Amino acid sequence: MTTILGVPAQALSGQLLLGLINGSFYAMLSLGLSVIFGMLGIVNMVHGALYMVGAFTAWMMLTYLGISYWGALLIAPLVVGVLGMVIERVFLRYLYEVDHLYGLLLTFGLTLVLESMFRYNYGASGLPYPIPAALRGGNDLGFVYLPTYRGWVVAMSLAVCFGTWYLIERTRLGSYLRAATENAILVEAFGINVPRMIALTYGLGVALAGLAGVMAAPIYQVSPTMGSNLVIVVFAVVVIGGLGSIMGSIVTGICLGLLEGLTKVFYPAASNVAIFIAMAIVLIVKPAGLFGREP
Amino acid sequence: MSVQSTAEPRAAAREKVMCRSNVKLGFVVAIMVGIAAPFVVYPVFLMKVLCFGLFACAFNLLIGYAGLLSFGHAAFFGSAAYVTGHALKVWGLPPELGILLGTLTSILLGSAFGLVAIRRQGIYFAMITLALSQLIYFLALQLPFTHGEDGIQEIPRGYLFGVLDLRNTYAMYYTVLAIFIFGFGVVWRTVHSPFGHALRGIRDNEARAISLGYRAERFKLVVFVLSAGLSGLAGATKSLVFQLATLTDVTWQMSGEVVLMTLLGGDGYAYGSGGRSGSSACA
Repeated sequence: MTTILGVPAQALSGQLLLGLINGSFYAMLSLGLSVIFGMLGIVNMVHGALYMVGAFTAWMMLTYLGISYWGALLIAPLVVGVLGMVIERVFLRYLYEVDHLYGLLLTFGLTLVLESMFRYNYGASGLPYPIPAALRGGNDLGFVYLPTYRGWVVAMSLAVCFGTWYLIERTRLGSYLRAATENAILVEAFGINVPRMIALTYGLGVALAGLAGVMAAPIYQVSPTMGSNLVIVVFAVVVIGGLGSIMGSIVTGICLGLLEGLTKVFYPAASNVAIFIAMAIVLIVKPAGLFGREP
Repeated sequence: MSVQSTAEPRAAAREKVMCRSNVKLGFVVAIMVGIAAPFVVYPVFLMKVLCFGLFACAFNLLIGYAGLLSFGHAAFFGSAAYVTGHALKVWGLPPELGILLGTLTSILLGSAFGLVAIRRQGIYFAMITLALSQLIYFLALQLPFTHGEDGIQEIPRGYLFGVLDLRNTYAMYYTVLAIFIFGFGVVWRTVHSPFGHALRGIRDNEARAISLGYRAERFKLVVFVLSAGLSGLAGATKSLVFQLATLTDVTWQMSGEVVLMTLLGGDGYAYGSGGRSGSSACA
């Protein structure tokens, strides 16, 4: 068997693949967080809970209504997005003027509420969600066995990430958004409805979390706490990438997933803390993050 | 006009004196209530309130008077609980030494965290403390002496100073009350000392405080370590009361909860956070 640095190549590529999949989720979630922080200045703690709501929406649609995975892929993000817009209109819009910390606390509170609601109704144990028939099975790529569904997740999340990046950096709507972050009053004077646009941005950001939730449902089980541990990692990703930097969070998300995979191969006990150590180092050396601008 | 301007400070001074005597009276009443309470309310619940109240007071010292929002205080609370639990159960130390050891652990941990974290402000400060406390969480999950998901159970309460049997609920309660009063006293003295005033100056306008010759970073570090130590004291006491130290004490949700407790009490008001955290503690 071929070995690389004393580790079987099979194990290495397997863990790297796993890291790539985790990284895809990190990228999708941190992208939404980053967009929200960049445009609204809100540290969206509730992101993980909304990811969980996305997964639960898919599960409920399958169980109660018989809507398949493909339907859920479309509807669940919409549901989460609308929920997000309601949250923005009802709570968050009062917090733009005050310190970032209040946004963090409010969204933390919402997280507790959402998680407890689902735990009360569905219990803390995971609920299984089947992989859709079209994506079952897998291919042996010679160096690693790739389950079709995981390949789909990676491809899909890359497409979504770059789609979002394109939307914000290269389209007219995106340019309005970026202008509104720079100077909301001036943009409003040009006749653009800024509050509506901000609500849409928040909706879009959390819809990405909802989408990630649906895609995660067949891989990880659907449970009320599935988001709460992930969200902390995703925060670390966003901070490392630079708060508000879109490209930064995509690249960092995938890289950190791979880093985690690598640590699993070489020193498994440290795999959970690798990301946080990376974050502490980055914050000490380059506080604005790898891709961020100095505040 | 001149009459008014002399009358005003005098009235203010009189008010201050009144205020001070009111505060003293308030303390006396509060301590009396604390002494009488276990005969009316379930004592274990009261001990929980006191432990979390002390935790919230410690946290309030940091956010209310230094303006630093730490999102990782569970690390101090939890690691002190673990160390105390281990010291009492495996090493068989008496409770006072166990609590002392737990508190010292969090003071050390607080110094390490503080050195890293105080270089940054606002949201970055919160994020660094969060990341560091996650390190502690995963350590607590994996180190052998913490027993992973099970935690340290059935921690013996033992005899305080070799004489007082803490298995008696009332003895335990009054010990916790004494610890709480001690911790609260430390917070109170800190806040009303020149150090506390300088701290508030730094919070309100750091650049100005530095230009006046205060070394802001050193002040922040000291208050961070103090707050960490008191959180550890709360955690150590908690593990003695419930005879249990588990992962729940180190999760980031615990860090978030202490923030909520403190803010519900109103940040910057020591008595508020101490008293009202009871409402959060029971939830």
